Amino acid sequence: MADLTSLTLTQLRDGFRAGDFSAREIATSFNAAVAASKALNAYTVETPEDALACADKADAARQSGDLKPLSGLPLGIKDLFATEGVDTTSGSNILKGFKPPYESTVSAKLRADGAGMLGKLNMDEFAMGSSNETSAYGPVISPWKRNDGGNAALTPGGSSGGSAAAVAAGLAPGVTGTDTGGSIRQPAAFTGITGIKPTYGRCSRWGIVSFASSLDQAGPMSRTVRDCAILLESMSGFDPKDATSLDAPVPAWEQGLSSDLKGKRIGIPKEYRIDGVPDEINALWDQGIAWLKDAGATIVEISLPHTKYALPTYYIIAPAEASSNLARYDGVRYGLREAPEGGNLDAMYAATRAAGFGAEVKRRIMIGTYVLSAGFYDAYFTKAQRVRALIKRDFAEAFEKCDLILTPTAPSAAFGLKEKTSDPLAMYLNDVFAVPASLAGLPAMSVPGGLDSQGLPLGLHLIGREMDEQGVLNAGLAIEERAGFSARPEKWW
Amino acid sequence: MSVDTATVRHVAKLARLAMSDAEVEALVPELNNILGWVDQLGEVDTSGVEPLATVIDQKLRLRDDVIDADPLTGGNVRDKVLANAPDAQHGFFAVPKVIE
Repeated sequence: MADLTSLTLTQLRDGFRAGDFSAREIATSFNAAVAASKALNAYTVETPEDALACADKADAARQSGDLKPLSGLPLGIKDLFATEGVDTTSGSNILKGFKPPYESTVSAKLRADGAGMLGKLNMDEFAMGSSNETSAYGPVISPWKRNDGGNAALTPGGSSGGSAAAVAAGLAPGVTGTDTGGSIRQPAAFTGITGIKPTYGRCSRWGIVSFASSLDQAGPMSRTVRDCAILLESMSGFDPKDATSLDAPVPAWEQGLSSDLKGKRIGIPKEYRIDGVPDEINALWDQGIAWLKDAGATIVEISLPHTKYALPTYYIIAPAEASSNLARYDGVRYGLREAPEGGNLDAMYAATRAAGFGAEVKRRIMIGTYVLSAGFYDAYFTKAQRVRALIKRDFAEAFEKCDLILTPTAPSAAFGLKEKTSDPLAMYLNDVFAVPASLAGLPAMSVPGGLDSQGLPLGLHLIGREMDEQGVLNAGLAIEERAGFSARPEKWW
Repeated sequence: MSVDTATVRHVAKLARLAMSDAEVEALVPELNNILGWVDQLGEVDTSGVEPLATVIDQKLRLRDDVIDADPLTGGNVRDKVLANAPDAQHGFFAVPKVIE
């Protein structure tokens, strides 16, 4: 029997249904892979019993002909999703030991569809970071190495770094991620896997630890476009418990997959040709254009004139919302409490938050509090919301000329740990291609396109119209078929 | 616009973050660097542009006004609500003395 951890989610589903192997064999294989992967630091909590229990249910369901869409498939869950009775810490010391008495809607939907859980996945603290280095558990180490023999430890990207590393290293056939400004797409690109952020509101945010509520959106990460379509279908859907949840039917995305792009117009935004981006990334972009042409699409140049302002807009809006959302961590209801001897309630709040939050989270709370404070609210926050309206309008105008937009996912391949931590701005720039679609609430996905000269994966990024996940997935499939990306990291862990 | 140590201390107080002098000193250039960078938004003409509050157009709806609408979180789950409290006493969250 082939090593089950090397199969795609689709292959596992279909093989299990055909009786080629049991769900218990799948769960056992992945549990063993997870247990042997400590060097990657991808999982913060392992739940092998859960994966086995769900597998046994799936095996019984196969006997009785009562299979659900995800029966037999164990998944990794980002530590941002509340999981009933299982530690949910958002990568932060302030939530160490927090065991939610409830389950997030997204993970509950995956469970209701038969999926088991392998464990909780490491991430940047409160999803604030692009390299996973802000995690209170320490950074995830990418399974990839440069081919220069230097053996440097690389980042899997962030904030869904544990999720990305788990899929790339065969520690889960599929995982959940969340994306606020690129946190699914950039790590997917860095690790040679596929990840999609759906339209804002497709996936319920209920039970997902909040970072920036107007931007946060859950999505799947997996090996292939089809895998992502399968998982996204399970994760999506209206939830009355989330006031921003979209009350719209969930299309049958997997069934609708087609890589025939005849009649589709692909927009290439001229403003995304940015100085300082390596030639290899621009070359891959050109290759992506050629692939989509080959699939029948026509290419049109488009303009997104406010692209340059997307990152500064994001770094006002996201910290502002974060400073408000993170006000709930006060040492009263859950998580850490630091109460200085003889101190009052205010002293407890301040001490708890000082002890519980890491440096990047504090930095963003400070920026957010500043831009929301009296006297600066209009100059920063309202201004950013106005620019956000213009960025959204740019996309609306572009989509009159094209059906989808193709760009690179990130301005570099995976970088080494500690290479960028001393310069917050340099780190923020890593999401330069991902953030505009987030600000506009649009569906977007990263698909692996090839390897750079150092042997590291590079991703291509597709942005679609509001609610057009199908278009994004189909163009992703067209790239996937043509790129034939099959590179895998060599096992060293 | 730029911040100094007094502003950083004030913002830290608003944010309920205890901060040492060294931390305040370190944050001044970091915040100024970031604020200087976001100041480029000043170049954008936003006159007549409404600030965007909801990214996907949809009507705000209200939930049904029903207690226990959700068995996990709707109500009557005091012990679950208190389960993660650092200090719970007599069915309440306990905090340092507020009234002398």
